[in-house]
Amino acid sequence: MKKLNKGYLPYLMVSPYLLHLLVFAAFPVVFSIILTFFNWNIISPMEWNGLGNWKHVISDRLFWKSILNTLKFLAVHIPLQIIIALALAEVLNQKIRFRGFFRAAFFMPVVISGVVVTIMWQQLLGYENGIINRLLVSVGLGKVGWLTDPDVAMISIALMATWKNVGLYVILFLVGLQTVPKQYYEAADLEGASHWQKFTRITIPMINPTIFMVMVLSTLGGFSLFIEPYIMTGGGPMNSTLSAVLYIYKEAFEYYHMGYSATLGLFFALMIVLVVIIQKRFIEKERHD
Amino acid sequence: MKMVRKILFYLVLTTAALSFVYPFYWMLMASFTPEKYIGSFILFPHELTFENFRSMFSKIPIERALLNSIIVSAINTGMALVFSSMAGYALSRMRFRGRSLIFIILIFTMSLPFLITLIPNYILMVKFGWIDTYLSLTIPFLVNALAIIMFRQAFQSIPQALIDAARIDGCGEMRIVFTILWPNIKPTIITVAILVFMSSWNEVLWPLIVIREENLMTLPQMVTLFAVGGRAEAQLGVKLASAVFLAAPIIITYAFFQKYFIQSMASSGLKD
Repeated sequence: MKKLNKGYLPYLMVSPYLLHLLVFAAFPVVFSIILTFFNWNIISPMEWNGLGNWKHVISDRLFWKSILNTLKFLAVHIPLQIIIALALAEVLNQKIRFRGFFRAAFFMPVVISGVVVTIMWQQLLGYENGIINRLLVSVGLGKVGWLTDPDVAMISIALMATWKNVGLYVILFLVGLQTVPKQYYEAADLEGASHWQKFTRITIPMINPTIFMVMVLSTLGGFSLFIEPYIMTGGGPMNSTLSAVLYIYKEAFEYYHMGYSATLGLFFALMIVLVVIIQKRFIEKERHD
Repeated sequence: MKMVRKILFYLVLTTAALSFVYPFYWMLMASFTPEKYIGSFILFPHELTFENFRSMFSKIPIERALLNSIIVSAINTGMALVFSSMAGYALSRMRFRGRSLIFIILIFTMSLPFLITLIPNYILMVKFGWIDTYLSLTIPFLVNALAIIMFRQAFQSIPQALIDAARIDGCGEMRIVFTILWPNIKPTIITVAILVFMSSWNEVLWPLIVIREENLMTLPQMVTLFAVGGRAEAQLGVKLASAVFLAAPIIITYAFFQKYFIQSMASSGLKD
């Protein structure tokens, strides 16, 4: 490959990608920004609205509630996801029998459509006849309004999402755990370190990059929460499970407020970027301390 | 003492594994259970019936939705394999002006939140007249940035001698990619195919937006609307039957190719 490769051919080979990028990524980003200054229901002509949409975002109570709901979801989902995934990965990393079976079992919900998982858990968490409540009653406890109590519903959805995704993170942690050099543990054994000490002093610092990755991935996944509340609760009861994406979806495709929902989308996307940057800072600081 | 600990350990682990598998077992059983017994069985229903499935087939054209999903996911997978490997090859084995710029853009757009592009893309579909056509389900998924990066990486590891030999034999670059290099990167092809197929198969938000015509709906979309809307008439059994129908193809495939699924999906996380 001394010469530049045969003129147009490489461009031809990347052209489907470039064309696609131009139409479905570059144009939408620009158009999205323009759209935030207009009111538009797609049918009638676009109507100039200046900074009206942006002002509306600031004072839109329901939008901020949807953000809070999403943060509530993340506050349960992320720590739980990391702890459970790390624990299961640590176990699977030992010499155990039937490792393949256990791995396959934990991973099963990951491959199955979120629609299936949601419909299934909607029944399992049912108030009257759901299995969970029947089990609670059989051990003498009361029923819980898993999806009907406004204080509980979002937590239920977060638990379900953790159940669905945790297998993926188990695998990621397993890959991370296998990169830790065995000599470190052997040296610690000579010093008489306990299992817990080895875990907190060697494992955790060594797999910090994986922890960060899992945190970012589950943050991004959590911010795009949509189909679970859409099917399970429709955002209720009392908007307690209205996620930000569900709200933006409703604004755009139920009320046809295209300009406003584009503004919400852009605002929310910038927020996501900001959160990920903060997480990165936080983790880096932890590592230096 | 050691024995007791070991038994306890496997007991806890098995309980954990069961909590991941049992809900699917329950759903499968419930879909074959008469409505009145669904709320009362835990392991075995009192009675089995095909009524839920019969009722589902009579209420919605779900077999048509299955066909749509297979067609759409197959097209998307095929296109992503062809176009992404072309771009991945050019980006790794050909030298041209703008190559590194394209690669930077590629990395950057991968982290672009879909919320920014969602509404403009819907408007594009309306303006192109692609609402209620297969085009809106396929063309926007023509290439896949992650797939390009994976192919680029795979092609980088191939020895230059192999490519040179093919060129001396008079092979064009396209033929090199598809007949000489593809057989050498089978694991990457399987990984990309599984990832693209699964993400296409499981996509719900986009079909909900661009498809309203019942005969063009994808399977997860139809099952979603069936579960949410009034068509299931609050009958649990029928809803669960539709969920089982949606899960079955993937569970069966997963049972046979479990190793590939786990490898592929884990590698998608690692590439970020």
